[in-house]
Amino acid sequence: MKRARSPLFLKRGSYRKRRLRDGARMLPVFGLFLLLLPILWAPAETEATDTARDGLYLFAVWFGLVVVAALLAPGLAEETSGDEGEER
Amino acid sequence: MPFNLLVLSCLAYVAVLFSVAFLAERRAAMGRIGWLRSPMIYTLSLSIYCTAWTFYGAVGYAARSGLEFVTIYLGPTLVFVGWWLLLRKLVAIGRQQRVTSIADLISSRFGKSNFLGVVVTLLAVVAATPYIALQLQSVTLSFGVFASGTPEGWALPDRDSTAIWVAGGLALFTILFGTRNLDAKEQHHGVVLAIAVEAVVKLVALLAVGVFVVWGLAGGPVELFQRIEASPIADWELQPGRWAGLLFVSGAAVICLPRMFQVMIVEDGEERHMARASWAFPLYLLLMSLFIVPIAVIGLERMPEGANPDMFMLTLPLAEGQGALAMLAFLGGFSSATSMVIVESIALATMVSNHVVMPIWLKLRPKAAMSGDVRRIVILSRRLAIVAVLTLGYLYYRLSGGSAALAAIGLIAFVGVAQVLPVLVGGLYWRGATKTGAAAGLVTGFAVWIYTLYLPSFGPGAALSVAVFEQGPGGIGWLRPQALFGVAGADPLLHSLVWSLALNTAAFCIVSLFTFPGPVERMQGVAFVNVFDAEGGGPQGWARGRAEPEALLVMTQRILGNEAALALFATEARTQGKDGYLPDATPDFVAGLERRLAGSVGAATAHAMISQIVGRATVSVEDLMAVANETAQIMEYSAQLETQREELTRTARQLREANEKLTQLSVQKDAFLSQISHELRTPMTSIRAFSEILTEGDLPPEMVANYGRIIHEEAIRLTRLLDDLLDLSVLENGSVQLNLGLANIQQLIDRALASASHTRPERVFVIHRDLPSENLFVRTDADRLVQVFINLISNARKYCDAAAPELKITVRQKSGRVSVDFADNGSGIPKQSQAIIFEKFARLTDQTRAGGAGLGLAICREVMANLGGTITYLPGQGGAAFRVMLPLRLEQKAA
Repeated sequence: MKRARSPLFLKRGSYRKRRLRDGARMLPVFGLFLLLLPILWAPAETEATDTARDGLYLFAVWFGLVVVAALLAPGLAEETSGDEGEER
Repeated sequence: MPFNLLVLSCLAYVAVLFSVAFLAERRAAMGRIGWLRSPMIYTLSLSIYCTAWTFYGAVGYAARSGLEFVTIYLGPTLVFVGWWLLLRKLVAIGRQQRVTSIADLISSRFGKSNFLGVVVTLLAVVAATPYIALQLQSVTLSFGVFASGTPEGWALPDRDSTAIWVAGGLALFTILFGTRNLDAKEQHHGVVLAIAVEAVVKLVALLAVGVFVVWGLAGGPVELFQRIEASPIADWELQPGRWAGLLFVSGAAVICLPRMFQVMIVEDGEERHMARASWAFPLYLLLMSLFIVPIAVIGLERMPEGANPDMFMLTLPLAEGQGALAMLAFLGGFSSATSMVIVESIALATMVSNHVVMPIWLKLRPKAAMSGDVRRIVILSRRLAIVAVLTLGYLYYRLSGGSAALAAIGLIAFVGVAQVLPVLVGGLYWRGATKTGAAAGLVTGFAVWIYTLYLPSFGPGAALSVAVFEQGPGGIGWLRPQALFGVAGADPLLHSLVWSLALNTAAFCIVSLFTFPGPVERMQGVAFVNVFDAEGGGPQGWARGRAEPEALLVMTQRILGNEAALALFATEARTQGKDGYLPDATPDFVAGLERRLAGSVGAATAHAMISQIVGRATVSVEDLMAVANETAQIMEYSAQLETQREELTRTARQLREANEKLTQLSVQKDAFLSQISHELRTPMTSIRAFSEILTEGDLPPEMVANYGRIIHEEAIRLTRLLDDLLDLSVLENGSVQLNLGLANIQQLIDRALASASHTRPERVFVIHRDLPSENLFVRTDADRLVQVFINLISNARKYCDAAAPELKITVRQKSGRVSVDFADNGSGIPKQSQAIIFEKFARLTDQTRAGGAGLGLAICREVMANLGGTITYLPGQGGAAFRVMLPLRLEQKAA
């Protein structure tokens, strides 16, 4: 019901906020993809050593997720604390 | 390092924790919450995810299966980084519904069903027991490492006695700080701060060992890289199924573990905090995992063949002669174990008391909600539950012999609690999820998990016979616990995870599709799924005006305590535009009250208790539809119209009340006029008659004296009446001169009791006082205050109709104000009269004509107004009760 009454196009600020939320929703999906990626190259009992390299990769992805989440968090928190009404 | 030094520092550490918790509780009690509730503390308290399993077990895990251990921390990372998807909604619901545990959340969502609460509680207890045993085991093992390595020839300390000491100490701490209070939504400031401190200790300890290993032993990161390449775990084997499965199950566990739910949602769920934790908690996990592989690699390289890799955190520094570092690591491990056990047992105790003990107790004594002291029962049952949970953990540790590798036990518990996830997510996003469906899913998942993973974990021939393992129960091959439906050869953990969750979800969805939810279920479904649409709104289930507010107040007092209940009711009364402590029992108010009570005793119990008073447990679907139609119509009106109407209603209610009061007053005024003429005429008549006789003369002198005395007494009575009237008018004009000075409340009450004892001296009153609390100095007009006290005490003496009259005087001091309560055990003042007793000439009955014209309480009210205080009637105290409030220090101009 609420949806129906909201305008079709938003102001620039509100538009940005909506996309920030979308980003927050996508982040874990990207993260999951990157963390499942090692399955593709499937480190197995082979001659090649890969623990150190794979470890570097995993921790890099991990740290990247932390940084992106930290960048998104202030915007999301600010948005939730108020102006739901301004968007409509 | 001497073993007794270790024990000593361990005790010192525990003492520090106790004082941290104590100071935090004190601070919170004084209302200075401040940074006790900050995003930082919140994030640190989340770190109980990292138990001794992380601290010791992760190194062992890495030594055995390479990088697989990181999945345990990557799953939660994904969940927190994606907080906008799930956690945000969970936090909002937790706040709005005042959820006390994960069992309460599930029970509340599915129509406050207690059966679901019991199932989740049972599941949580079964899954947590080995986990708690694991913590006890790790502390015992770490003690053992120190003891065996000492050159002084310390014998290995008795393992069982170490474990029992640790369990006992933890029970004590948890009971002291985990069951102090019942109100305020299950928040434990002391425990949370202690856990935050422990979080720092374990992080620092792990980083310290890591830094020592990388730069002290391995010779820097580059060198380390080569050593990892050369180590036995250089070539790890990624099993795709386990990798994905563990990512999933650890993500599920971080939401569903009772202790995580406790710190994440119950203790301090707030979006602001969650936003910070969304990146800070993954960062914490990253730091905790950073040095695990290096420690494992260097440990494997340097420690002798066959050394337990689970203990590398301790044995490595010890072997290198770093006693202090080993000690720090020991404290880190100790912290990880203790904080987990404390929070887990609080969470489990809350579930057990709210979903098992309270419903049974209410069933056995249905009237007890009104008469018994519910608070005491709840707190007692929680304490007993804490002891029981720790005893279970200890027994499991004794029976299992503490042999299995740490990681295995932890993962079994993870799969167990993950069984709650389908129902949780379904309940949050799907309105069609029903109670029967949830019960079917939970019971199926629980049973499959027990059969395929929990029981087999004891080993073949222990809980399940070897025959069952190999041929299946009764020779049915496709029911073999580790090859269900003929899926043989899979990793047992993955096998159990897939089957339990698949069957669980299937049962939940299919049964939900075919069943019809009850009305309360449907309402709760809307409230949960649409939590962001209608903040605090949604149709309410309680019909108007059925509940007697006073009965609600009495019940609330039993749960929240006197002060909190009175404050809650007074606030509500004020928002409804009424004076005093008794608001109308509007549906909104009753629903809000139910949520508030749910914060203490859980949704199902609160619902049951309220329906005892409101007299109706459910609404019908037709009622619901009616409410929904009505709501839709109302939404058509503009918001402005709505507020105007509300305002009008409020004004009308106030007008009605004012009108009622005026009518009553006018009746009283008439009554008073006849009363006052009567009061004036009676003495006048006797004065006139006797003076006439006297003027006739010729009387014996003793008769003259007698008549003279009567005339004198009647004149005094007249004067007193006129004095009272005069006093009242002076007080009302505010032109009274106050004589301010310091006075001791205790002495004032003594004075008042002595003076009031002349009123009906034949009645013997039992007076209950608490002398130490009365020893308070206030700056006020002592004589005026005593006047008020005398009046209240004499009233009690006059009107208290109990056979063995008692009077209870309670003095409290709170934020610069002093309150003095006078409560007797008579029949009290009926509700309809409570509004007028402070009016002039209001006298309720004429049963005892004890002089005075009904001016006493009116004078009291005026006196208190002049002293900058108030006097109010306290309902629901089992008799007539008055509360006198006055400022601690009255300034000259206040009058």
